[in-house]
Amino acid sequence: MGYVAVKGGTEAIHNASELAEFYRVKGDTTPIDIKQIRAQMRLAIDKVMGEGGIYAPEYAAIALKQAEGDVYEAAFILRAFRTTLQRNYYSQVINTREMFVKRKISASFREIPGGQILGPTRDYTQRTLDTAKATETAIDIKTFLDGFDAKIDPEKLEGISTFGKVIDLLQQEGLLAPVDPTEDRSLVDITREAIKFPAPRSARLQMMARAETGGLMALGYSSQRGFGAVHPTVGELRYGTVPVRVKDAGGRNRYIGKIEVTENEMITGSKPAKKGTPPYFTIGYGLCFGHNETKVICMSTLDTAMRRPEMGAPANDQEFVLYHTEGVEAMGFTNHLKLPHYVTFQSSLSNTRAAVERNNKTNKEVEQQMIQMQSV
Amino acid sequence: MIENTKYTNKYNFAFIDEATKKEIRRKLLKAVAIPGHQVPYSSPEMPISRGWGTGGLHITLAVIGKEDVFKIIDQGSDASVNACNLREFVNGMTGCKTTFDTAEATLIQTRHRITEEELTYKQIIVFQVPLPEPLRMVERYEYKTLQMHAEADYAKMYVSLYESYVRHGAIMQGAGYPVMVNGRYIMSPSPIPRWDTPNLNQAQTLFLFGAGREKRLYAVPPFTDVEPLEFEDVNFEIEDFSKSECYKTGYKKAFLDEIYSDEGERKFVISDSNFLDKKSEKQETHQYSNKYIDQLQEYGL
Repeated sequence: MGYVAVKGGTEAIHNASELAEFYRVKGDTTPIDIKQIRAQMRLAIDKVMGEGGIYAPEYAAIALKQAEGDVYEAAFILRAFRTTLQRNYYSQVINTREMFVKRKISASFREIPGGQILGPTRDYTQRTLDTAKATETAIDIKTFLDGFDAKIDPEKLEGISTFGKVIDLLQQEGLLAPVDPTEDRSLVDITREAIKFPAPRSARLQMMARAETGGLMALGYSSQRGFGAVHPTVGELRYGTVPVRVKDAGGRNRYIGKIEVTENEMITGSKPAKKGTPPYFTIGYGLCFGHNETKVICMSTLDTAMRRPEMGAPANDQEFVLYHTEGVEAMGFTNHLKLPHYVTFQSSLSNTRAAVERNNKTNKEVEQQMIQMQSV
Repeated sequence: MIENTKYTNKYNFAFIDEATKKEIRRKLLKAVAIPGHQVPYSSPEMPISRGWGTGGLHITLAVIGKEDVFKIIDQGSDASVNACNLREFVNGMTGCKTTFDTAEATLIQTRHRITEEELTYKQIIVFQVPLPEPLRMVERYEYKTLQMHAEADYAKMYVSLYESYVRHGAIMQGAGYPVMVNGRYIMSPSPIPRWDTPNLNQAQTLFLFGAGREKRLYAVPPFTDVEPLEFEDVNFEIEDFSKSECYKTGYKKAFLDEIYSDEGERKFVISDSNFLDKKSEKQETHQYSNKYIDQLQEYGL
């Protein structure tokens, strides 16, 4: 057998993955508990679940631990895990009017039914590095929690209520664009069939719900900055838990638990398609698993952008948006560049060599012709 | 427990280092010298998100002195969440006195409003600007808008206003109505409502504009012409509140916010929180007057 430079592949990859495992634990510190990741890395978990396309906080935590905190990698692991599971039911449409609201704000109106509920957010805080976090102890956490509990007066807790929606106010006034009867309202399950273009809105929203936050943000931001003309206002942003129900074999609705979701309804002034139609407001929609406000805001901006026929801006182009924000696929293909490419490279190498040679030859001939002409 | 002494250094007065503040002040001087012209600047990172008023903060922190009395409003209100946060920050980093009172303030930072009360030559108002480039809606590339400004080529802008008129029977530009400054540059007055736009014209006050994310500063010096873009036959108009009034004070001659009660009932209230307080307490106020508001008064409003 002749000499092969890259050989012993099996052993090498085993060693490489063992080394990766070594890098994960080499500090010889206490293993991070899955419960701790679930509790203290809440937003990373939510990203991983959303992009992984499966609502499973515990599995998301395991994936995050396994991937040393790389959110892409963890989402990828979860996507692969999801493939192993049987799809037993399609849930009934969740109703976000039933949401147990943890946060609910509107940027369009100063006061909304039920009030603005800020909930857990760092939005209005100063992002100064809190070095005290470096030395936080279990006692600190306990002290904080006790102090927090002490501030709650159980007598002042109101009964659980649900809230009307901001868009209802606009709808009542007739300011929203009437539903376009020609719009495709078919439901496509993008995990079961390949997406086709033009894609129905259901498919677009599903794709974006699983899309990578950073990718969505880049395109959503481009639309706001001038590449496309969506200048949206947050009509209502909500985060909270909603019940999920499925229809059993007997046709009865069964409650199977609740999930956390973030929802955003974005109000945008629209350009009327026909002359004589008033410039109604339209609603761009975004919903994703867990708590990820950036994602739903960009989703709803892009939802609006993709409904505009006007091309020339990436954000208005369905194919551009949907293909390129698919994080797991994008990451896979980007990283495939690390795979050996010597066969394909060899063939282009020989082509290029030949072309360079041809070029040199012609140049020499031209040169010689020039010399001859000058001597004449 | 380990004592952490590594990070005990105090921040510089007004957070930003002196050299950078000086740079911003130099750029501000240039901006004042060329009214309405956008001057690029360093725009250092702040502990506040981009797009939440970093540009305003840069200016505020670059010009504030120990004697200043600082007021900050967001959508007209001192109590808006972002205003509260930024006020705490500026107060924490400078120790300056803060106030809600428009008349008492020497330096006012604002998002999306000019106060209803007329500001004087002793005051400076700093605007937080999300989109400094007025031509962005007609031209997405910066190198082209720069050229258009240089050549005072504003045809595209007028065409877009004309198109809006043809489509909807009115120029639909809401807040941030483009203005011509000193007869030379078209400027985006930050998204202040049209109601406030005429108050920029020939004002006593220095107006400074900061767009942090887009890294641009610009200014309107006192007593400068600022005219909303319009056509001979299609004129600029301010918001119409003729059919509404503040439910707390019954006052009509101010920018009103629409609010909804839990029952979905619609009411209006004066947007400027300090002005509302003063009106409620029947205190004396000195309001801006301009030809648009005066016109309304002629109609008996």
